Amino acid sequence: MQPLLEVRELRTHFELSDGVVKAVDGVSLSVPRGRTLAVVGESGCGKSVTARSILRLVEKPARIVGGEILLYDDAPDTKPLDLLAAKDKRLRQVRWADIAMVFQEPMASLSLVHTIGDQIIEAVRLHENVGKQAARDRAIEMLDRVGIPDPKRRVDSYPFQLSGGMRQRAMIAMALSCRPRLLIADEPTTALDVTTQAQILDLLQDLQQEFGMAIMLITHDLGVAAQVADEVAVMYLGEVVEQGPASAVLSNPKHPYTQALVRSVPRLGLRGKDRLVAVRGTVPPPYERPTGCRFHPRCDSFMAGKCDVTVPVRVRSDEIDVACLLYGEEER
Amino acid sequence: MLRFVARRLVWMVITLAAISFVTFVVIKLPPGDYTTTVIANAEARGQDIPDSQIAELKRHYGLDKPFLVQYFTWIKGVVLHGDLGQSFAWNQSVASLIGNRVLLSMVLSIASLLFVWAIAFPIGIYSALKQYSGGDYLASFLGFIGMAVPEFMLALVMMYIGFRYFGQSVGGLFSPEYADAAWNLGKLLDLISHLWVPIVVVGVAGTAGLIRITRANLLDELHKPYVATARAKGLPEWKLLLKYPVRMSLSPFFSTVGWLLPGLISGETIVSVVMSLPTSGPLLLGAVKSQDMYLVGSFVLILSTLTVIGTMLSDLALAWWDPRIRTRFQKG
Repeated sequence: MQPLLEVRELRTHFELSDGVVKAVDGVSLSVPRGRTLAVVGESGCGKSVTARSILRLVEKPARIVGGEILLYDDAPDTKPLDLLAAKDKRLRQVRWADIAMVFQEPMASLSLVHTIGDQIIEAVRLHENVGKQAARDRAIEMLDRVGIPDPKRRVDSYPFQLSGGMRQRAMIAMALSCRPRLLIADEPTTALDVTTQAQILDLLQDLQQEFGMAIMLITHDLGVAAQVADEVAVMYLGEVVEQGPASAVLSNPKHPYTQALVRSVPRLGLRGKDRLVAVRGTVPPPYERPTGCRFHPRCDSFMAGKCDVTVPVRVRSDEIDVACLLYGEEER
Repeated sequence: MLRFVARRLVWMVITLAAISFVTFVVIKLPPGDYTTTVIANAEARGQDIPDSQIAELKRHYGLDKPFLVQYFTWIKGVVLHGDLGQSFAWNQSVASLIGNRVLLSMVLSIASLLFVWAIAFPIGIYSALKQYSGGDYLASFLGFIGMAVPEFMLALVMMYIGFRYFGQSVGGLFSPEYADAAWNLGKLLDLISHLWVPIVVVGVAGTAGLIRITRANLLDELHKPYVATARAKGLPEWKLLLKYPVRMSLSPFFSTVGWLLPGLISGETIVSVVMSLPTSGPLLLGAVKSQDMYLVGSFVLILSTLTVIGTMLSDLALAWWDPRIRTRFQKG
């Protein structure tokens, strides 16, 4: 089936005075329609920058230097829209109406001097030809839908009058107010406590059922990915090393990096003798990427003369796309 | 809100009473009184004033009474009859002496204030939005010069240019033929044609300072997540900048706007002396020098009144502008 969004060879670089940091360097992934894709990886692997690049929200000194971001229409066999090549005006139409975003810090990502209602109504009226009252009704309806009590009164509240969890609900209400086909959620629960985090994730799943939108969830938490994702893409040093169905990737990972990540997560029933294993080594400095496979200096399956020379291409192994030299020979 | 204003008004009255009393004490602190100035002036002319005449003068001005009696007589007149007392040196009532000058001072100051705002806000906003561009560097360069050059120096230069190249009569706010004329259209036009020089002189330092403040405030806001949210919503760039970060960046400005009020009638003293403008600053300076105590007391009282009113107005303006402050007021 045709995906909803396809990212091909995306490159977003930070052009700093000390040199160029290739934060996103050849990311390829696809977001299936109406399902949830979790993008996981350590801090600094480029997952947030990837998310922001999709709507061209990166700011100086970051710059998108290459790639394609293809948004497919609902009708099959139509030509997709390349968001990176689209004119500003066309891009602004896509923003929020087709692809909306929820950010990590609900306090900082809402304006504190405008009411929640004002900020939702603004989005609705920007993309749909509706009157003030209709837009306000929509805002109240959305606040009700995301579980904010007394929405008729809360619509006139300011963000600082709500708790963290309620603020993130308001943010989600705003994101869904134009019925987008894709919701990008960039660490939406990281700033919240565990109970609230679980509620917000449940809410996102309920809303997905109801509105049928796809979700691209950026998270560093494999537990969160396991809870909500249909698909998982694993990122390391600015590229996707593995993408496949969540069950397959998390229970039977192919890439040595994903294997190490999964081993490092504590599980119930773990005995004292089974120590948690951290991923070996540290993330290399940002200005120098390792040659060949970027993971080779930390890899347990390192093959000298091969991994440090040849850049792995993505191959399919079982249901999983993986970029590792361990795979491919026999499948190719 | 009403309770808040009422409480503030009570405190204002107490503050003013305290200020007026302290002012009176301060005027009385230096040895001697107004008669000392009279004697000194007489001696400078080679005359000698007999002791009996000095005693007569003291009795006439009420200087022979105890300090507290003098203070309460004066403050009773101010409160009950709006009578600010007599100026010894000018031998007329303080009200008639300073009325016209305070008016002209306010005209000059309000005009310079509007000049400052009209120039500084757009340039400051431009400077922040185009940080490190040629225009930003130019604005910063001119801004630092504007802050560094003393006003009296600028006044002298402007007077020279006005006289040398435009043949304008130097100094004052009126041409000689209008100086003592009654108010008519010609005099008003004459005032306007003279006013621009002191406006520019008084305004330059303020403009330079405000450009820096506006730029710094806006730069702080420009990369906050709520701006990214607004951009993700698909708002056109200039619209979202004006609605969100520019609006936020003006809050600190509102909290200081009240301090401008007392500056309205005393801020331009040095410039007024240099350019011999008939405003209130030079009069106050002369009155302090000759211990013309009711004149000084009244001036300080008027300035303090404007200060406390200005502080209150700026609090109210900030509450109107920023809902975070407003909701705190409403609670109590």
